[in-house]
Amino acid sequence: MAATIAYADVEPGTELPARTFPVRRETLVRYAGASGDFNPIHWNERFAREVGLPDVIAHGMFTMASAVRVVTDWVGDPAAVVEYGVRFTKPVVVPDDAEGARIEVSAKVAAKLDDAARTVRVDLTATSAGRKVLGMARAVVRLA
Amino acid sequence: MALDQSFVGRTYPPTAPYEVGREKIREFADAVGDDHPAYRDPRAARALGHPDVIAPPTFVFSVTFRAAGDVIHDPQLGLDYGRVVHGDQRFRYTRPVTAGDRLTVTSTIESIKSMAGNDVLDIRGEVHDAEGAHVVTAWTKMVARAAGKDA
Repeated sequence: MAATIAYADVEPGTELPARTFPVRRETLVRYAGASGDFNPIHWNERFAREVGLPDVIAHGMFTMASAVRVVTDWVGDPAAVVEYGVRFTKPVVVPDDAEGARIEVSAKVAAKLDDAARTVRVDLTATSAGRKVLGMARAVVRLA
Repeated sequence: MALDQSFVGRTYPPTAPYEVGREKIREFADAVGDDHPAYRDPRAARALGHPDVIAPPTFVFSVTFRAAGDVIHDPQLGLDYGRVVHGDQRFRYTRPVTAGDRLTVTSTIESIKSMAGNDVLDIRGEVHDAEGAHVVTAWTKMVARAAGKDA
């Protein structure tokens, strides 16, 4: 484990570099193939509307995977993430156009948990089209 | 119809091993657009102290969710899968999933609740390697929406 951020260098409120992740229909087809989740609500507009959705929506796990990149890119070693959880509050709606959707992710250190283990809690905020798409999004990260 | 509370605490048999391949990890990292070298280059992973390329934190969901399928599709439990949505997801890692791992998952139903007509099911998946050592625990909350409700 080789985190590049030192426990001594962060305080509650320390902000991680924010990121924006584009999501197009092609993104979802790729994710379906890689993850094995072929639920048609993630690629078939007709089916999505039939079950009451406004359009095709992103896999919740795609959003979860995107959001944690803010943490793993910050800390350097992805293995520094010892715990990670989210609640799926709103879907990321992905229209069939060149732009698709965007997931905007920010994060900050919420608390220093354990001086001996050098762990901190990072709280994440993920929005798409101005709506929060993840709730209770938190990671526990072991720093250097 | 509310689900049978007697299923709380039920543990399903461990799954057959899932063998984690370097190229599957690369494919997954590509699909989420993540170019971190530890997911692709064994030397970069070793420089961080890992024996081989590691998987992104959420990769293991594909493995645990397949195991949770045994629960979700258990005809005796009677969950209406057509109405199921993913509510919460959480992971706690002992170590990262690594190429070459042979992972088994043991799923347990932690709780069954009925909230506003929805069935809420909490499933815990314990993931172990071929030596029997713990790798990660995944908690998955599935919500079966009450009939007649849109997403």
